[in-house]
Amino acid sequence: MDALSPTAIAGSAVILGGVGLFFAALIAVTNRKFRVWEDPRINVVAGLLPGANCGACGQPGCRAFAEQVVQGAIAPASCTVASPDVRSDIASYLGVDVGQAVQRVARLLCAGGRDAAPDRVDYRGLGTCKAAAAVAGGSKGCVWGCLGLADCEVACTFGAIDMNEVGLPVVVPAKCTACGDCVEACPKDLFTIMPMEHRLLVQCKSLLEGEAADRLCRVACNGCGKCVLDAAPGVIAMKNGLAVVDYAQNDLAGPEATRRCPTGAIVWVEGAQFARRAPATAAPRPAEEAVA
Amino acid sequence: MRLGGVSERRRRFPPRGTESPVWNHLKFRHGVHPPELKDLTARIAIRRVPYPDEVVLHLRQHAGKPARPVVKAGDRVERGDVLGEPDGYVSTPVHASAAGTVEQICLWPHPDGSYAPAVRIAVDRYSPQAPRPRLVPDWMRLEPPELVEAIRQAGVVGLGGAAFPTHVKLAPPKDQVVDTVLINGCECEPYLTTDHRTMVEYPERVHLGLRIMMRCLGVTRAMIGIELNKPDAIAAIRRTLPSDLDVTVLGLEVKYPQGAEKMLIKALLDREVPSGKLPLHVGVVVQNVASAATIAEVFETGLPLVERIVTVTGRGVKRPSNLIVPVGMKLRDLIDACGGFTADAREIVFGGPMMGFAQAHLDTPLVKGTSGVVVLAAAETKPTVSYPCIRCGHCLDSCPVFLNPQLLGQLALKERWEEMETNHLADCMLCGCCGYTCPSNIPLPQLFALAKVALRRRPAPV
Repeated sequence: MDALSPTAIAGSAVILGGVGLFFAALIAVTNRKFRVWEDPRINVVAGLLPGANCGACGQPGCRAFAEQVVQGAIAPASCTVASPDVRSDIASYLGVDVGQAVQRVARLLCAGGRDAAPDRVDYRGLGTCKAAAAVAGGSKGCVWGCLGLADCEVACTFGAIDMNEVGLPVVVPAKCTACGDCVEACPKDLFTIMPMEHRLLVQCKSLLEGEAADRLCRVACNGCGKCVLDAAPGVIAMKNGLAVVDYAQNDLAGPEATRRCPTGAIVWVEGAQFARRAPATAAPRPAEEAVA
Repeated sequence: MRLGGVSERRRRFPPRGTESPVWNHLKFRHGVHPPELKDLTARIAIRRVPYPDEVVLHLRQHAGKPARPVVKAGDRVERGDVLGEPDGYVSTPVHASAAGTVEQICLWPHPDGSYAPAVRIAVDRYSPQAPRPRLVPDWMRLEPPELVEAIRQAGVVGLGGAAFPTHVKLAPPKDQVVDTVLINGCECEPYLTTDHRTMVEYPERVHLGLRIMMRCLGVTRAMIGIELNKPDAIAAIRRTLPSDLDVTVLGLEVKYPQGAEKMLIKALLDREVPSGKLPLHVGVVVQNVASAATIAEVFETGLPLVERIVTVTGRGVKRPSNLIVPVGMKLRDLIDACGGFTADAREIVFGGPMMGFAQAHLDTPLVKGTSGVVVLAAAETKPTVSYPCIRCGHCLDSCPVFLNPQLLGQLALKERWEEMETNHLADCMLCGCCGYTCPSNIPLPQLFALAKVALRRRPAPV
């Protein structure tokens, strides 16, 4: 039989068509039987979300967030990355309230830039904070302080962190989504995510007290305890030579606690923590040990 | 695997008493040959330094849990008094290294770069520094467990650098059979001559310490491994060798890191310690010569470990010396005792230049594990510009534990820590061979150190 004879063509068409029909039927049956219904709105909401998968909302990713929003478990406003327009779009699509999300932001618990906390030694090696911290704790005189090598700036997906003139990361609250990448990047654990309305901030992690702390950094908390007396009772407590703010009583906190701080370690923050350009101040102290 | 041209028969453990030149060149594979630079202090006799005005004793002098302080500010302490009690089994007490008054218990710079709790003692200037009268235990009448406890109470730790509590090594679990004690007299780090001078000046102490350790472990065979660049130490140790002990003294090839535990075991006994295991698993306990000498001292004088021998060397210091130094003496005082810095002093390292810790504070005190202080002059430090990896493979040929530093380095730069772990990062002892040979000057050991830190910081799997 010729390979191109009409019977051969018809035969193969029948066989292939039959196979196709069989599988189509199988798929149809399987679809009926094993179908998992998913709310179509999840896909729509996920499509509206920024897709950064940053985790700032506390969900494992944008799709998980969309599922939760559609279920009504969380408000659309919990996505801090999306613009207000997008949030209201999601809310109106789902017919729910946008909701109120506390704006949270990354705060650095150190204010010791190069001007205030001078380097004690000359570090030469890989130019990342992680690497420097692994060698004798880094070049800073204060071992708790910010090393200024910008691991956080690199880690920030949203470009919310810029290093300023004195080597401190400036977090732009408008851009910060509180995703926590900088918290993970910092080898000195200086970043913490907190609500914007927590304005009273102790920008120091040095466990030293008194003169020992002052020697290393001009803006260190030296544990004098004046802020504890000035603030409303119970708002600030001294722990291990550091003033610790009890944010459960944030309503009582006010800027009066910062007034008598001899070093300026405790501050009342409105907006960003640090200026991009350092104010002109006294020349940095010469490093005490030039040799080491 | 090719055995470096040495036949199987020659690599077997040497028959007892064999000291032919063949056996004197036992070796491990890979490693590097950095310049020794030991001439600065190798022939300088150990001298005692005057007591400083203040000593600062860290409560974390050893690997393991820090000691718990038992003194308070204002207390008067004599030399050898207990300042901190051990907290847990892998922990040792800390003793006052000078008579004086406790000023404060506060945070103080630690040689590892952090601040840690320490006891500051204002030294009594007019004290004779005589310890309180005490009963010196007669080691021959003590049972092994009592011996181990006495060693623990004396605060003895490994003096080679890691400061692992000695009593833990001397009391192996019941199911572990130990057949050999190795005494490590290699001192393969450049510059350092602490162990060298100890062997030359106190060989009897090394032997007595060895005797006590053998009694603790119930072992009859011991070996002392010394690198061949210390002929006077080998001669001194051989001359004083007790005739009633089965001790073999072997000269070893001069190669870094010959003094690393696993390399030493490989070279002396041709046994390989499996990955992730301790020397105990191949029936060996390794102790440093300085630790042996200290154990002997404890049972000679009854005084706990309050002072140690330290080499202060390098071209950055005016008068390189071997010193007997009270533990807790500050770096500043130590450098002053050696004539001060030279004009071009650049970098201070505790320990040897290969594995030591760079120091950032002149107030940092010595701890028990500090075997040397190397002050490098500008000319002795390495340039810091590094270039891309050219895949020459020098690091592979130098790694004594047969890792692939080139691959690990690439992974570290990409922060792929977990993959480093599967490539056996845990076996890396940060000896620094790879970084030393790298022609591109890539700081490989630093990358591995930070990978280890990152893996330790990693949150526990949920």
